[in-house]
Amino acid sequence: MIHFENVTKAYPNQSRPALESVNLDVEKGEFVFLVGPSGSGKSTFLRLILREERPSEGRIYVAGRDLARLTNWKVPQLRRRIGCVFQDFRLLPAKNVYQNIAFALEVIGKPRRFIRKVVPEVIDLVGLEGKHDRMPDELSGGEQQRVAMARAFVNRPMILLADEPTGNIDPATSIGIMKVLDRINRTGTTVVMATHDAAIVDSMRKRVIELEYGKVVRDQTRGVYGQAY
Amino acid sequence: MRAQFVFGEVWVGLRRNLTMTVALIVVVAISLSLLGTGLLFVKQVDHTRSLWQSRLALSVYLCSAVNPDTNCAKNGPVTDAEKAQIEHTLNNLPQVVSFTYQSQQQAYQQARQLFANEPVMLNFVQPGDLPASFQVKMKNAEADAVPVTDALLGQPGVDSVGNDSAILTKFYQLLDGARNAVIVVAIILIVAAILLVANTIRLSAFNRRRETAIMRLVGASNFYVQLPFLVEGMIAGLFGWLIATGLLAGAQAGLDGLQQYFPFPVSLSTTDLVEVVIVTMLIGLVLCGSTSFLTLRRYLRV
Repeated sequence: MIHFENVTKAYPNQSRPALESVNLDVEKGEFVFLVGPSGSGKSTFLRLILREERPSEGRIYVAGRDLARLTNWKVPQLRRRIGCVFQDFRLLPAKNVYQNIAFALEVIGKPRRFIRKVVPEVIDLVGLEGKHDRMPDELSGGEQQRVAMARAFVNRPMILLADEPTGNIDPATSIGIMKVLDRINRTGTTVVMATHDAAIVDSMRKRVIELEYGKVVRDQTRGVYGQAY
Repeated sequence: MRAQFVFGEVWVGLRRNLTMTVALIVVVAISLSLLGTGLLFVKQVDHTRSLWQSRLALSVYLCSAVNPDTNCAKNGPVTDAEKAQIEHTLNNLPQVVSFTYQSQQQAYQQARQLFANEPVMLNFVQPGDLPASFQVKMKNAEADAVPVTDALLGQPGVDSVGNDSAILTKFYQLLDGARNAVIVVAIILIVAAILLVANTIRLSAFNRRRETAIMRLVGASNFYVQLPFLVEGMIAGLFGWLIATGLLAGAQAGLDGLQQYFPFPVSLSTTDLVEVVIVTMLIGLVLCGSTSFLTLRRYLRV
């Protein structure tokens, strides 16, 4: 699903590349934690998958496409197959829960009938039944992140990227968020989650990729957060 | 394509920076109507020019008994032989298309008609006061006037040669000057309008940066991301154009009102107005559309 081949990403005016010679594969339906200290290259990794950045060297394949050969014109097609969740939710404050999720479908030109059918389904999936009309500022952090996840998932992407989705949420609520991510993963969606949350990584026992100074220093199938071998 | 969605977004965008939108519409309206006025002026000048082109003639005045001018004082009134000689000259000039002879009696009759409403002048003019003349039509009234005049002046029996287009030249200069002034102001305002469109779209893009970021993230096509802004600019242009159309129709009505002060037709047809209005609309739409598009390329990169 995601294939990195000797990928290096160097930003101009920086002595050390953000990612250096990264080789890895993420299969369809996998759940992967991306761990490592700040500045280790986690965000760059996610941005490369979205083609918000292009690698300085190496090749990246996402959902069978060679990103180097993807024209700017085709980038939106790629992004429709990738969902994104962020630490800061990124909801539209002037739209309610339903509208926020429907927005993601409206802007890719989905018909109204289709939107009316799938948005309530995905609201149920993330556990926000009966909260269609709430505005973002009337929701708790956990609930807002559920809306963001619903928006990311409503178009049934093949890959869900989550950049520290529990970063602004207390541990108890985080468990609920992880359950939703797990539910999404069980539908066959590949999930890549960058995180600092050791407790979550340890409890899930999923594949863990650790980055340090832009290099992959660990890739374990049923890993934990710390350096426990 | 979700037209309803796009127009919803456009409506929100226009409402959010209402003051900028209003300013934009006003500037577009004024610049387009000034440009339109300039174009109407051009048409007006063209119309009068072609109108007079067919009527302009040289008047070759012949010496009469009462004429004290030097040319005639020497020889006295024109003789039949001199008249025949002048006719011969006219016949041999290649620039001359046709000429007619106007006797003193005919000149008197024409004057009576011209001054029909002015009794003072009517009583003042007597038969024999006005000279006989040849009315000479040329192929090109403006260019041919000088050589024909040169050929005739100084011939015995010729008093003077009057050129209609010499009088009109000043009139044309006045019209041309007014037209140029209007067009220069219009161009300055159009530059202002372009800057305002760019600024409005930039503000709009900034106001909607959250929406735009999410649209890009979920894979909305460039077209979809940019369309609301583009339509926003075009709608402002369209409203400006509508107002400009009203102003132009008023300008045309004003020109019609001037008609009574001129002995020749100055009013423009509705066809002229429609033509100018369509040209201004195209200019307005292209101006607003392309400025929005170029601004978006800078501020909404994917």
